[in-house]
Amino acid sequence: MKFVDEFRNPDLIQKTAEEIHRWADPVATYRIMEICGGHTYSIYRFALQDLLPKNIELIHGPGCPVCVLPMGRMDDGLAIAQRENVIFTAFGDVMRVPGTAGTPLSFRSRGCDVRMVYSPLDALQLALDQPDKDVVLFAIGFETTAPSTALTVLQAKEMNVSNFFVFSNHVLIMPAIRAILESPDMRLDGFIGPGHLSTVIGAKPYRWIADEYKKPVVISGFEPLDLLQSILMLVKQLQEGRAEVENQYTRAVTWDGNRAAMAAMEEVFEVRPLFEWRGLGHIPHSALKLKPEFAPWDAEVRFQVPGSTVADPQAAQCGDVLRGVLKPQQCRLFGKACTPERPVGALMVSSEGSCAAYYHHVYLQQASGG
Amino acid sequence: MCLAIPGQIVALLDDDRRYALVDVSGVRRKINMGLVKHMSPQVGDWVLIHVGFAMNMISAEQAAEQLRLLEMLDESEAALEEVRGYKFGEAGGGG
Repeated sequence: MKFVDEFRNPDLIQKTAEEIHRWADPVATYRIMEICGGHTYSIYRFALQDLLPKNIELIHGPGCPVCVLPMGRMDDGLAIAQRENVIFTAFGDVMRVPGTAGTPLSFRSRGCDVRMVYSPLDALQLALDQPDKDVVLFAIGFETTAPSTALTVLQAKEMNVSNFFVFSNHVLIMPAIRAILESPDMRLDGFIGPGHLSTVIGAKPYRWIADEYKKPVVISGFEPLDLLQSILMLVKQLQEGRAEVENQYTRAVTWDGNRAAMAAMEEVFEVRPLFEWRGLGHIPHSALKLKPEFAPWDAEVRFQVPGSTVADPQAAQCGDVLRGVLKPQQCRLFGKACTPERPVGALMVSSEGSCAAYYHHVYLQQASGG
Repeated sequence: MCLAIPGQIVALLDDDRRYALVDVSGVRRKINMGLVKHMSPQVGDWVLIHVGFAMNMISAEQAAEQLRLLEMLDESEAALEEVRGYKFGEAGGGG
């Protein structure tokens, strides 16, 4: 509870936490998954678990784009990076994710032209500035980021840029949630729905979780009070036997989402029949590729990629952590062979990965006696 | 990276409202408005920025909340670094 004083509305936070204690049935257990990596980060940073009754367990979900990327896709991307005349670009999170033969950063130190970008538009700008090079954007992200990539591709088309290519690893959140709900070793009672992703898709697409699986969903903001209110709304639904989609984050999320963003995605991308996820295996209709009419900007068309399928390092248990079966610290490599400085798995790379978040905000604090 | 960055529109840079000059805690950058232009953004309005694109319009109050949240998460420096890092607005290209 050490951070309570610096919260906004500390009184309201205290009241909300008390109300959760009042509503929760002491003999029941509540397993609630927060889908989004930003929520995971916030939960650890603010030690929110400490404010909850012991029988409410927060399970960290798959909503961290680099964490769910299988090693084979890194290898495929890095195979492109090694080609003559290619500038390989990616967001900062990707730069330290290990493939079989190293990270994008280590490929750079071996002479590949690997550059970090903050926006897909930066990669397009690079292509304009360096017309003799093939500039490849290693695109990752859920529906939060895919519209930005889509608009960048549309801009490349409009400007007739012929040396800009997208290697799309964009994934869809709903098939991942379905895979988790279908997973035999997973029992969940409800979901905290992602905030910013839902500004794009809206609250409506979550209805099937409530209708088919009878699990409540509450879309949440990122502040401590937001998350506690969302947990309270979930506990109330469960206690009253309801399963509905509720929106705690009405300040940013509407029922229908952002139609311009969805239209851009639909114009540029089509759904892949099958895509591999780290920890979740091959999930049907779970990822986006460029439509055939955008083939001139599709890195998978321009370059032959090996189509690698690579198992995670055997000792690492990223998959079990990703599915919420294991806690980060229960992985046998956690804090030993796998640390944020020398990550073995992607969950230790991104600040939104549950392993890195746990390492920074719980493990180190405990180690220092804090 | 799913924590969006709030910024205030300082100027609309073309008639089509495709790009705007946006101020994020004193750092000014060209931001793509393609995902919000149907919401008719005006100078003075606040937007949430993600990877160089305004992804939503927000109220001034919510912008202040989001800035404070980034601070509490020790992410405000990283957010400013991201905004400063946008290169597409600098060369006068990208639009």
